[in-house]
Amino acid sequence: MQAVFKKRSILPGFWPSFSYTTLYLTLIVLIPLSAVFLKSFSVTWAQFLRSVTAPPVLAAYRLSFGASLVAGAISTIVGFLVAWVLVRYEFHGKAIADALVDLPFALPTAVAGIALTSLYTEGGWLGRYLTPLGIKVAFTPLGVIVALIFIGLPFVIRSVQPVLEDADQELEEAAASLGASRWQTFYKVILPMTRPALLTGFALAFARALGEYGSVIFISGNLPMKTQIAPLLIVAKLEQYDYAGATAIAVVMLVTSFLLLLGINGLQRRSARFLERAR
Amino acid sequence: MKLTTLLTSSVTVIFAAGAFAAGPVKLLNVSYDPTRELYQNYNAAFAKYWKTKTGVDVQIAQSHGGSGAQARSVLDGLQADVVTLALAYDIDVLAEKGKLLPANWQTRLPNGSTPYTSTIVFLVRKGNPKKIKDWDDLVRPGVGVITPNPKTSGGARWAYLGAWGYALKKNGGDQNKAQDFVKRVYKNVPVLDAGARGSTTTFVQRGIGDVLLAWENEAFLAVNELGKDKFEVVVPSISILAEPPVAVVDKVAAKRGTTEIAKAYLEYLYSEEGQEIAAKNFYRPRSEKIFAKYANQFSKISLFTIDELFGGWTKTQKTHFADGGTFDQIYTPGA
Repeated sequence: MQAVFKKRSILPGFWPSFSYTTLYLTLIVLIPLSAVFLKSFSVTWAQFLRSVTAPPVLAAYRLSFGASLVAGAISTIVGFLVAWVLVRYEFHGKAIADALVDLPFALPTAVAGIALTSLYTEGGWLGRYLTPLGIKVAFTPLGVIVALIFIGLPFVIRSVQPVLEDADQELEEAAASLGASRWQTFYKVILPMTRPALLTGFALAFARALGEYGSVIFISGNLPMKTQIAPLLIVAKLEQYDYAGATAIAVVMLVTSFLLLLGINGLQRRSARFLERAR
Repeated sequence: MKLTTLLTSSVTVIFAAGAFAAGPVKLLNVSYDPTRELYQNYNAAFAKYWKTKTGVDVQIAQSHGGSGAQARSVLDGLQADVVTLALAYDIDVLAEKGKLLPANWQTRLPNGSTPYTSTIVFLVRKGNPKKIKDWDDLVRPGVGVITPNPKTSGGARWAYLGAWGYALKKNGGDQNKAQDFVKRVYKNVPVLDAGARGSTTTFVQRGIGDVLLAWENEAFLAVNELGKDKFEVVVPSISILAEPPVAVVDKVAAKRGTTEIAKAYLEYLYSEEGQEIAAKNFYRPRSEKIFAKYANQFSKISLFTIDELFGGWTKTQKTHFADGGTFDQIYTPGA
């Protein structure tokens, strides 16, 4: 049994805390997820393949994964910027700005979806200026991305903020005094320090976006082959009492996102190790 | 699990007023979205009637949500004594998959267990600027049609079949021509909301589209509540008779010992008072007497039934709305 673990920790309380972790993960994560898998096994392999490779389903996967990746990437860049401003600058209303960041966490997503849709439709506050420019947001894949950025942004900000707060400003000053340009300071000092946190934020925002339903169905328009997200197809399948088909779509999403998250976590561990060595 | 949270939270339970005396009989009516006002009125009336008749207090709880989602909750164990849903298919499923009531449930009450009916009409903007008079006008270029996704909304399925039935009758029963017609209608649909209320919001609040395909009762409610100066109801020459069915969930009622009162609750819907409450809420009553009384409220319209034209719900569901059905074919490239 000992061989299973990397090395024996000298910290006391390993077994109680490890057992609790295992129990918790099993009850909260593994059992519900196994139920999903078991349900999808109630069909034959051929039926499973047919469910998950039907053209509308493939189109929905493309939209869900594509929009979530793009939204995650944009959230990461913008989120970094917001975190930087919140940590490094002093300004009036900073406390309010800081509290505003968490609001998308608390808002029921349907409310967010309805509000965003009203803003971006042709007659909406923003939509009326965008439409003459030929930019359509509501009821297009762009609208899906906008909604996903909205719900994903806080994850990045809250991941990066503490790291920036802990960062030694002397390091930047040292870089500058050694003749580094501002870009070099950013690229060689700040970015490596925050990279693990940025990756975490990206992973969280991406994963959240992938499962998002409430806000997206209002702004996407739900046109088959064009703006239907995968979770909507799951609901449509349930509506036909096709539980196995619904879980088949879910299983593909679960496995794909698990692999993606595993990859991101790997990247993150690597940059964290790199950081350890640099110190 | 995101989905389940969503489903449970969409189920709102409202307790009927009155009848809070010690140990009243409790009844749960699981219904679909637009019947909220109807059953609020009806529950109060029934509680009063039952108290006078038997001296027993009854307390009726209502639960509303999408018809399919509601049926799934009951299938998964929600203790509904009676269900009052949007289409017979959703109760058929309770009989077939859940064995909660016998397969012949529709024969147990008059009129195929549908005490009130409705139909699909058009809601247009004031003055009807696009001159929308009948189903044909929906396929004209430049007309925006708002209707929910038939895959996720029961009401949308009635609208879809309304368009299909119209084209069938017009083209002497030619299914291909009907399919082509429906395809052209959906080419004019810019947004497919997940549910009927979502579509109403899109049309009314966001000002998108020129015509909303709506339940007759929802259309009247929208006009009455949002102002006659903004919207008009247009009644097409012909439409589908939407028959929302009701049934006692035998297994649950037997377990909870409410069979007798659950039966009475549904039967009273056919009484004069029940029919009148339905009419007041813009549902078409089955009783000819009550219908005559409210005749000026319901425009004359030729109605076809789903059994006549489509051969019942189970078959219709399979042909039109299952995966690969006619609705999917509309959006299949090259088809």
